[in-house]
Amino acid sequence: MERLHVLVCAGTGCTSSESAKVVEKFHEELAKAGLTSEVKVIKTGCFGLCQKGPIVAIHPDKVFYCHVTVADVAEIVSEHIYKGRPVKRLELTDIDEETKEKIFEIDKIRFYAKQKRIALKNCGVINPEDISEYIAVDGYMALGKVLTSMTPQQVIDELKLSGLRGRGGGGFPTGVKWQFAANQPKGDKYVICNADEGDPGAFMDRSVLEGDPHCVLEAMAIAGYAIGAKHGYIYIRAEYPIAVDRLVIAIKQAEDLGLLGKNIFSSGFDFTIEIRLGAGAFVCGEETALIASIEGKRGMPSAKPPFPAVSGVWGKPTIINNVETFANVAQIINKGAAWFTQLGTEKSKGTKVFALGGKITNTGLVEVPMGTTLREVVYEIGGGCPNNKNFKAVQTGGPSGGCLTENDLDTPIDFDNLVALGSMMGSGGMIVLDEDNCMVDVARFYMDFIVDESCGKCTPCRVGTKRLLEMLTDITEGRGTMEMLDEMEHLAYMIKDTSLCGLGQTAPNPVLSTMRLFKDEYLAHVQDKKCPAKVCKHLLTYSIKEDACRKCGLCARGCPTNAISGVLGKSPYVIDASKCIKCGSCVTACRFGAVERV
Amino acid sequence: MKSLSDLQKLRDEAKKRVSMREGDARYRVVVGMATCGIAAGARPVLNALVEESANNTYSCTISQTGCIGMCTLEPIVEISGPDGKKITYVHVNPAKAVEILKSHVGNDTVLEAYTVDSAK
Repeated sequence: MERLHVLVCAGTGCTSSESAKVVEKFHEELAKAGLTSEVKVIKTGCFGLCQKGPIVAIHPDKVFYCHVTVADVAEIVSEHIYKGRPVKRLELTDIDEETKEKIFEIDKIRFYAKQKRIALKNCGVINPEDISEYIAVDGYMALGKVLTSMTPQQVIDELKLSGLRGRGGGGFPTGVKWQFAANQPKGDKYVICNADEGDPGAFMDRSVLEGDPHCVLEAMAIAGYAIGAKHGYIYIRAEYPIAVDRLVIAIKQAEDLGLLGKNIFSSGFDFTIEIRLGAGAFVCGEETALIASIEGKRGMPSAKPPFPAVSGVWGKPTIINNVETFANVAQIINKGAAWFTQLGTEKSKGTKVFALGGKITNTGLVEVPMGTTLREVVYEIGGGCPNNKNFKAVQTGGPSGGCLTENDLDTPIDFDNLVALGSMMGSGGMIVLDEDNCMVDVARFYMDFIVDESCGKCTPCRVGTKRLLEMLTDITEGRGTMEMLDEMEHLAYMIKDTSLCGLGQTAPNPVLSTMRLFKDEYLAHVQDKKCPAKVCKHLLTYSIKEDACRKCGLCARGCPTNAISGVLGKSPYVIDASKCIKCGSCVTACRFGAVERV
Repeated sequence: MKSLSDLQKLRDEAKKRVSMREGDARYRVVVGMATCGIAAGARPVLNALVEESANNTYSCTISQTGCIGMCTLEPIVEISGPDGKKITYVHVNPAKAVEILKSHVGNDTVLEAYTVDSAK
């Protein structure tokens, strides 16, 4: 009989730090100790704390280990599993702010204490490749309830009451969208799950699909029942191999149990789901381009209306919802709209999952009630910027969004507040920037991404973004002029006004947002030809502080262009600016911090 | 899947297998499993407890701990209740362990005869 479950994260983050080998090693060590029958090792989804992966949780002891390597497994088995002494050095801990004592209890650790997990409820709890574990946590009960005791209209009304809004970025009310499709005349209709997550730094949808694929399948079937569709597509990028594998397994298991297929729960309702792999084009996250791609055409957006709810895939009424939106549906049905509306703000109900990345201590996945402040997310859950650097901004909404600065830290996060601040919720990527990030360079990074990803259909987006990128590059390389700044702003608004789809309409946002909030940095680049954050290397000069130089010659030895001269032990070393290629190897080589960048 | 009750049956079976991850059990049963405990026979005791709890629906988690300090009284089983009070049973063997679980966790009755106080 099993007495202990060892849960090992098998999400993409932990897999890349070799969690699969950790699982193997656990099997090996447990067999050696003769504990195979008592202890079960389970591969599960993301625990959220990707920074500290691979994560291993041991239940019922509620012990969380982080940074577990293959070498640590033997100790965990012999000490914890055999003798019952948790390995303290690997345990996840936090410091209590008042008593300054170490906290080991998982619920009290700040990263988890502020979180409220709905979409991620089962991530890191169940084995995503075993449907019985999903059923054990009330899986497919919502589908059963809907099919046996609710009319399609009741389902839609419940969704409307819950106030659930699209988590893909737009924030459109889900129930209203379903109503549009339900109102169309009977006939072929389709449900699409948009899993084409493309914002740089966003990985919420991937983690939900990797950790709890069945919750999405169940919600799609519920949506099919509500609008009268018999078929669903999951459009997912081929760059998410683990998520795709688990979806394939999940669909197969649900079909085997008759939870997908014909006459589900003897209700006469049929529903099947098919996976369509995308090649990773950012524009295919836009719904009309996504539909074109499913139909086998080149992924390019088309004009709306007609909206997909009226004429979508194959010209039939179609609803498209994001993965995280679907992940909320079954729980709303099970627990009722009233339960869901308790969480969140007046116009944004429920929770939102954010992918924290960039200059933040706890990189990872967090889910908080709407209305949580940015400060709570960045400082309390995220742990602030590492290495005592000063916080500068958070970039939200990816290439369509903008920046939020220190002044916005106490704003409650919801759809409308972020738009009011000139950014947007987007899909939930949050990239934290500190004093070492140059905002012009950040804008240039996003524009570079957009230039790659513009589908080329509309001239303003195809040519305009390229011109914006050229001007931004000029500025970071010291060729910027004041006229250029005006021209950029003019061009940015033109692209916004004249592009067809959301990609083009929002593409200039990172530029406009950084120009508005960090005008001084742009001016420093243009007027003084200086980069205050010391990132843009064309604007930097390297020199050696004479009095700090210990004349050791390490810098000269590392210099690839022999730009540094001096006499070992006698005279301070000097950099010849005409030969210097600004590679920074002298800064790394110097042990006394004598090389400075100005 | 033919009906909702089929699914409910499947769920109830599956629930037993994952319940230990939820941590809402009323009692926490801990077996001392340091060298002293293992030498005195704590492992069969642990196995008996795990087996007994798996075959029935007790609201408890079974786990293990290191040396409790009274090595001469091993194997030791401690049960902490919802009120936070801890009862220590000593010189436990597999048969006694099952009795203790049935009485203490199953019936909320402390089995005085096996506690540390009676052993003194």
